[in-house]
Amino acid sequence: MERVISVRHTDVLVIGGGPAGLNAAMAAVDCGAEVTLVDSADRLGGQLVKQTHKFFGSKREHAGTRGIEIAATLAEKVGSHPRIRTMLRSEALGYYPDGVVALEQDEKWIKIKPKRLVVATGASEKFLAFPNNDLPGIYGAGAVQTLMNVYGVVPGKRVVMVGAGNIGLIVSYQLRQAGVEVAAVVEAMPQIGGYAVHASKIRRLGIPILVSHSVKEAIGREQLEKVVVWKLDQNWQGIPGTEIEFEADVLCLAVGLSPTVDLLWQAGCRMAYVPELGGHVPWYDENQRTSVETIYVAGDAAGVEEASSAMLTGRIAGLSAAMSLGLGGDGAAQLEVARKELAALRAGPAGEKIRAGLAKLRGSGVVAC
Amino acid sequence: MRIKHHPILDFPEKPKVTFFFEGQPLEGYEGEPIAAALHAAGIRVLRYSPELHRPRGFFCAIGNCSSCLMEVDGVPNVRVCMEKLRAGMQVRRQRGKGDIRATH
Repeated sequence: MERVISVRHTDVLVIGGGPAGLNAAMAAVDCGAEVTLVDSADRLGGQLVKQTHKFFGSKREHAGTRGIEIAATLAEKVGSHPRIRTMLRSEALGYYPDGVVALEQDEKWIKIKPKRLVVATGASEKFLAFPNNDLPGIYGAGAVQTLMNVYGVVPGKRVVMVGAGNIGLIVSYQLRQAGVEVAAVVEAMPQIGGYAVHASKIRRLGIPILVSHSVKEAIGREQLEKVVVWKLDQNWQGIPGTEIEFEADVLCLAVGLSPTVDLLWQAGCRMAYVPELGGHVPWYDENQRTSVETIYVAGDAAGVEEASSAMLTGRIAGLSAAMSLGLGGDGAAQLEVARKELAALRAGPAGEKIRAGLAKLRGSGVVAC
Repeated sequence: MRIKHHPILDFPEKPKVTFFFEGQPLEGYEGEPIAAALHAAGIRVLRYSPELHRPRGFFCAIGNCSSCLMEVDGVPNVRVCMEKLRAGMQVRRQRGKGDIRATH
């Protein structure tokens, strides 16, 4: 008996249906490519669906619109497009040497061999080391957002937030909107990392922001009951005697994200460790192309940034992938526009970190193989 | 606890189903993640770790971190932050690594 293993073919396979992946799919299909978009969730939008705040940036990147609304608009466009095959509840499990991507959907194995691959897998929450950090009640900030803003369930009654970057500040505000008390925002750095507009909103609510403070330990039997924080010295060491104890059933960690790059490692892309980009990222050029010339990377997987820039790197990756297949029409002009918008978005002081990270990455001496 | 009033978001009531946690009947919304239904019922200890038997809850809510593995209808290692709630489900705290042989 002959065993037939069927492999599906597609021009461009996009893994991840968040802001980067949705834009990559749209850009590639607009160039004339036939696109397959896969996502492990049962709806498109990625983590945009829990962003209830209004976006900054340029009009084209939906400034002034809430993330959930951006997600709905993009998801509708992509999901209903006749030349984009959207596969939900599909987890990309591996990349094989012959260029085949293996997926699992509803407990079935599916193999896809794309001509070009765009990896837009996003990022995952970083963790923090302290005693009892595994107690139930300690969550990543993204998890708290998902629970509240997508499922309508609050994580608990009283929260200590760790991290005064934009995520920590925004989620603190969202917790209050959901009727949850926020005891304090704790930040290890000597200054607030997030935008002043977000910090001011928190302070107006009377929530203290404790800079140069971190978690000493979590206390609780079956779940979190108390959080002890302490002041840090110049060498990031806790200073005994400065402890403050908070009664809290939720400790929320907003201490940054790491790019989700497992598939890129597996595909043999050259990788570099760039702290400014969130950790290990693949080397890539201005077209978002990695060292494996059929593989592109976009969004947080290429370096943790914002949803607005993810939409642009997604568009660049989608355009470049399609153009490398000889498709495109006015793709080159569109690519130029997207690159300019991205540069403008990264131009201000808020873009300093990403600019430094990209300079490091590009200067890492890695060349396409 | 479920959010009743929110300045931006609406959370309309959805069809409720009964499921079982450690054999006890609970109600949740059909199709929401099991973890959301458990949280709404105030249950946050989802399993005990294999080595030190420490209580674990959920952490990432998007299927990445494996902190929320539970036994659902006899199947171990189910990520309850992703798995959808259906009527009659038997959900149990997982102790240890779970036995795959028991289910296949």
